[in-house]
Amino acid sequence: MNQPASAYFIEDRHDPNETHTLAVLVQNEPGVLARVIGLFSGRGYNIESLTVSETEAQKHLSRITIVTTGTPMVIEQIKHQLDRMIPVYRVVDMTLTKRSIERELAMVKVRGQGEHRVEALRLADAFRARVIDATTESFVFEITGNTDKINQFIDLMRPLGLVEVSRTGVAAIGRGPEGM
Amino acid sequence: MSDKSHDPNQMTGAAMIVRALIDHGVTDIFGYPGGAVLPIYDEIFQQSEVQHILVRHEQGAGHAAEGYARSTGKPGVALVTSGPGATNMVTPLTDALMDSIPLVCISGQVPTHLIGNDAFQECDTVGITRPCTKHNWLVRDVNDLAKVLHEAFYVATSGRPGPVLVDVPKDVQFATGTYHPPRKSDVHRSYAPRVKGDATQIRKAVALLANAKRPVIYSGGGVINSGPDATKLLRELVEVTGFPITSTLMGLGAYPASGKNWLGMLGMHGTYEANMTMHDCDVMLCVGARFDDRITGRVDAFSPGSKKIHIDIDPSSINKNIRVDVPIIGDCGNILGDILQVFKAEAKKPDIKSWWQQIAQWRARNSLYYKKSNDVILPQHAIQSLFEATRGKDTYITTEVGQHQMWAAQFYGFEEPHRWMTSGGLGTMGYGLPAAVGVQVAHPDSLVIDIAGDASVQMTMQEMSTAVQYELPIKIFILNNQYMGMVRQWQQLLHGNRLSHSYSEALPDFVKLAEAYGAVGLQVHKPVDLEGAIKEMISVKRPVLFDCRVAALENCFPMIPSGKAHNEMLLPEQANDEATAKAFAGGKALV
Repeated sequence: MNQPASAYFIEDRHDPNETHTLAVLVQNEPGVLARVIGLFSGRGYNIESLTVSETEAQKHLSRITIVTTGTPMVIEQIKHQLDRMIPVYRVVDMTLTKRSIERELAMVKVRGQGEHRVEALRLADAFRARVIDATTESFVFEITGNTDKINQFIDLMRPLGLVEVSRTGVAAIGRGPEGM
Repeated sequence: MSDKSHDPNQMTGAAMIVRALIDHGVTDIFGYPGGAVLPIYDEIFQQSEVQHILVRHEQGAGHAAEGYARSTGKPGVALVTSGPGATNMVTPLTDALMDSIPLVCISGQVPTHLIGNDAFQECDTVGITRPCTKHNWLVRDVNDLAKVLHEAFYVATSGRPGPVLVDVPKDVQFATGTYHPPRKSDVHRSYAPRVKGDATQIRKAVALLANAKRPVIYSGGGVINSGPDATKLLRELVEVTGFPITSTLMGLGAYPASGKNWLGMLGMHGTYEANMTMHDCDVMLCVGARFDDRITGRVDAFSPGSKKIHIDIDPSSINKNIRVDVPIIGDCGNILGDILQVFKAEAKKPDIKSWWQQIAQWRARNSLYYKKSNDVILPQHAIQSLFEATRGKDTYITTEVGQHQMWAAQFYGFEEPHRWMTSGGLGTMGYGLPAAVGVQVAHPDSLVIDIAGDASVQMTMQEMSTAVQYELPIKIFILNNQYMGMVRQWQQLLHGNRLSHSYSEALPDFVKLAEAYGAVGLQVHKPVDLEGAIKEMISVKRPVLFDCRVAALENCFPMIPSGKAHNEMLLPEQANDEATAKAFAGGKALV
């Protein structure tokens, strides 16, 4: 069928998806995270990564960093929908500013002996990962960096006895002297 | 007791709620008591400034509050208990959210120490209502209550209006704390809707309007929400520019139906001339409407050749469904004023004579045509008769949802805003009867008519009891075709005429039902009796159930088959089986 059969199925646009990192400054009140997550699930938006923590205790401010994907039109909608929520102060598209730094922290547990163990340690050193726990048959590495770097590190650890990974999700901040 | 007992601002949470209502100018609320709101009901009992209307089901309270709000422009207030009281409010809250109606719902909650314990009549009210309110609050400390209540009224009524809910545990209602009245200086920290439009954008808009050859103004409920100024300015803009104007379902009445530039409603069941004008225009000015799917039809074929200006107070409405060229964010009254000022100063009335000639040709298709009968009442004819009988009277119309609603929108001419209360976005069957209750409470001396269907009206029929108790002379004008007409219409058009569960096998005798409630029942079968019966209905100063037996199989046209473009309308004279089959080719996927 060339023509969509219903207004509900018309979104036949094949605009390519983009990945954007959004920084959302919110009033730290009960349920605010549920509101943000509910918006994403209710409207069918994607969450690739979500990080939240109180950033200014005295002003009751929390900062939520969300990595999301969608067509440019959907990304624009997401920002507007977030911005109109009552406890939301500001929404900044860190990807659009092109002047932001993104970091993620991961803890990576690797189990192995002999050559694998030595190789894991060597790679960790190359990636500037720190050993934060060690037994005779395992390490826990702490690694910080952007998402790609961490993915790469985890891929390398896989054949060397990767046991589990715990990641914080992405935090982002703008370069230069100005705040958001 | 401490010295504080003499401080007039020291009071219980329950007393604060009533006090806040009074401070916000609330004179009427709609509610239903229960365990978790008894302290509030005790306070209501001991005062006379706020009148409480006891409904028969919490959904009725919500829709009544909506009707009250839509007909007055003031926020509607509902009071319900915890658990089922709150869950029964979900439909009206969602309805108000979709149609941007200011609603303040106060719900009782189990005491704070029981929250999360699966206590009797406990539910996660803020969790359940989070996606169906503009914002909601659970108040755990009585000293936060005043601030939250004032904030609730502010959020409900400012920016794009909407429903809010304040959930108050019973122990907070009993606890004593400090109340403070609403203060002008209270600025919300994170919520400040933009009111004033951007001057550069306004200039761009005026430049487009001034050079338009085939313009159209497409207005919506936002104009009515904005207030009387917006309506006045919209009318002035039409006058100054000479442009044709159409409106969404929600926007009816902002421009008078008798106005010479009026094209009728647009959209799925809009007029041919309105939809063709939208399709072929070169400049579209959308004021306070949101390009809903019932309006646009097929989005990729929506008004393909036009530059679009979109005025909306909600930035998330911009570019949501349709890409626009000149978005202007702000209050439409404010922006219309600015546009008019610039237009008057710098532009002159464009010559659009040939455009009007084209429109006249579309109009000549007479897309609302129907064939009258002497044997059976046509529903369109019933609405027209009702309109004639109430013309010039101080009338408010509510509706349920379905064919009767579309016929009401097509055939009842609205001259003023706030006179038309209908469930547009959510499409809530059962909205109209309780909404009429709310409208009549707000306007005790006016004529309030719910144009209803036989199926819809049974969803909230219990509120007839409310109407009788408070001597609210609402008129329930039922277009009784014994079907869920719109469901049946779609089954006929799209599902091989298999009328699955759309026939009401066992309708009540509406006349006897009215009498059982202590109201007046009227029934009419013949066209010849219709006028007299309507006169009688209007003259009775009591609630009336009017059982208007209409042609059972009449369908609502014209119609844009869903998923088609504005210029692919199905007109009544074409609605034979073959044309219908063709228009709906592609099939059952239509929604």
